[in-house]
Amino acid sequence: MPFYRNIAAKIALLPMIVISLTVFVGCIIYSFVYSLTNSKLVPVMNYVGFDQYERLFKQRKWDVAVENIFIYGFVFTIGCLIIGFLLAVLIDQKIRGESLFRTIFLYPYAMSFVVTGLVWKWVLNPTFGLENSMHMWGMTWFELDWLVNRDLAIYAVCIAAVWQGAGFVMVLMLAGLRGIDEDIWKSLSIEGVAKWKSYIFVILPMLRPMVVTAIVLIAAGVVKVYDLILALTSGGPGYATTTPAMYVMENFFSRANLGQAFAASIIMFISVVCILAPWAFYEFYLRNKYANN
Amino acid sequence: MKKFFSILLTVFVPLSFTNASKAGSHMEAEVIHWWTSGGEQAAISEFAKAWEDMGNTWIDTAITGGDNARGTTVNRIIGGNPPTAAQFNVSKQFVDLVEQGLLQSLEEVASAEGWRDFIYPPELIETCEFEGEFYCVPVNIHSWQWMWINNDVYKQVGLPVPQTFEEFLAGAPKIQEAGIIPLALGGQGWQESGMFDVVASSIMGFPLMQSIYRDKDLDAFRDGRFESVLNTYRELNQFTDEGSPGRLWNDTTAMVIEGKAAMQVMGDWARGEFAVAGQEAMVDYSCVIPGKEKYVALGGDVFVFPKNDDPKVKDAQLAMASMMVNPTVQAKFNNAKGSLPMRLDVDTSAADACMQMGLDLIQNPDAIMRESDDWNTPAFTAAWGDIISEFRNDPNYTVAQVMDDLEGVLTSGL
Repeated sequence: MPFYRNIAAKIALLPMIVISLTVFVGCIIYSFVYSLTNSKLVPVMNYVGFDQYERLFKQRKWDVAVENIFIYGFVFTIGCLIIGFLLAVLIDQKIRGESLFRTIFLYPYAMSFVVTGLVWKWVLNPTFGLENSMHMWGMTWFELDWLVNRDLAIYAVCIAAVWQGAGFVMVLMLAGLRGIDEDIWKSLSIEGVAKWKSYIFVILPMLRPMVVTAIVLIAAGVVKVYDLILALTSGGPGYATTTPAMYVMENFFSRANLGQAFAASIIMFISVVCILAPWAFYEFYLRNKYANN
Repeated sequence: MKKFFSILLTVFVPLSFTNASKAGSHMEAEVIHWWTSGGEQAAISEFAKAWEDMGNTWIDTAITGGDNARGTTVNRIIGGNPPTAAQFNVSKQFVDLVEQGLLQSLEEVASAEGWRDFIYPPELIETCEFEGEFYCVPVNIHSWQWMWINNDVYKQVGLPVPQTFEEFLAGAPKIQEAGIIPLALGGQGWQESGMFDVVASSIMGFPLMQSIYRDKDLDAFRDGRFESVLNTYRELNQFTDEGSPGRLWNDTTAMVIEGKAAMQVMGDWARGEFAVAGQEAMVDYSCVIPGKEKYVALGGDVFVFPKNDDPKVKDAQLAMASMMVNPTVQAKFNNAKGSLPMRLDVDTSAADACMQMGLDLIQNPDAIMRESDDWNTPAFTAAWGDIISEFRNDPNYTVAQVMDDLEGVLTSGL
């Protein structure tokens, strides 16, 4: 591709390119350099090698944080995709009041994670939330202690997150479904394919770009999840719902342990690169190459 | 992402605030603090009023949450746009700033006014003094060492108000049978580890605590008494309710006020909540310093003054430091805050029964207790607190495991 093609567009993009290079790459290098120091409250150039990383991997809390981000990432992504797709399919059945339902399902997405967190914190609180209401209505067998149960608390976080994110996936999928040619539906019905089968084996593969977009957007949200958990559980009970991002922020601000925060953020960065790079390479480079050939 | 944002801030914010302090003869001071609740606001405005009465301007930068406020202060110092004064706790939180030469020495005014003679207790001087010079102003003393008890609850079940944790534990099942939560505890890390230290000092005494927290003496740590503290702490936790995780301290205090719970372990700032609810000390509620040996812990707040190239700012800083220790200002400030003053010659006639108890106790040097963060870095106390909090919340975390993990922190050199 010649360099001069679209030269105006390239010039227009230049400031953004410069800013992202200096801010992002610059900060990554800065973080790495200072992760090799024993900086506490202020960054100081006091080289200690990989001590911070060694300490990091010995932390029980860090293990919990990493485990949580995998659970959260898995449940949140799958949950959003399945529920979002189902909602889209149901709305696609040419139902009455479609726009009303669309609004209702998309509404949670318009809220900030902090609001979502607080709402679910109250709903799931066993002493004055849903459990308490059920008890007052006489259903004393009802138990909903996810938020205060250390083994289930992270799933309570997932519920809140899926509640917020599913509507967004629904809209993406619905846009895709509306783009499916009527003729495909006609031929499917002539062939006598069951409706659920046509959705799963014919339509879903055609929605691939939508699914990829949804996954990219969701995954970006997974890595940086912070505000939702802070509002919902503050990482508790104990530190059962802490995440790597919270670990970094905590060490960075309240614990005056900069070196440790930098080390943890570098590990986060490396893991994201390791997971995303091969997939991005495949999705955006190899596929295009084969498609073009 | 937030990290990048904060770095961005430190880079760009200084550009937009250029030399705010170039006025005439009067002085301008920007103060960062985290006193945002009702009583706290009243207290800080006593400082502001006194400062403005001197013909100066007070720029109030209140930031919710101690962590956030301290983070902002550090970011602004590193970014080259320091505030005139900033709040920290009586602790090691600001040692790095002193060591990096980022704070203004207050020695000039401290030696002229004889701070070393009137600051009481003298342990507060240790907090602020580095290589013979003053770098901070202690403004008050807050102690964690209190049990707040609803008297009605104990009357109802026919038990005397407990004076120790053992007595409390003995009566707790009876309270539970009456359908009342015996122990109100907010399940946030700082509340859990705060209560733990109160249990520890009341059971094993301050000298042993000092050899563990300050001297990192592993023999003292392993001699069995610390394990009995852990066991008592676990016993106490059977008597909390399931709504505990994440609950705020003041919501938890409200449970005691309303009689839903019998007792809360919390610092003396809880007294403000009882006062706002119109309850009277020793009548409606009791404040008890648990244990046979009674202690007052030396928590509290200090102000530091970041260095500034402008000589005018230095004048303002010294003037403000001198104002903060002034006995008249101290009286007004501490009466509003509900804390103990940092000198003995202050008028405390407005003190209620609980505050009077603290005032009497603090005159006895043996009753003065230091806290872990007086000797240890925030990283150390946080790592320690994580383990305590996990111990409270995970019943499978055994005492033996906790002992090993705590020993790991003691020997980590954090």
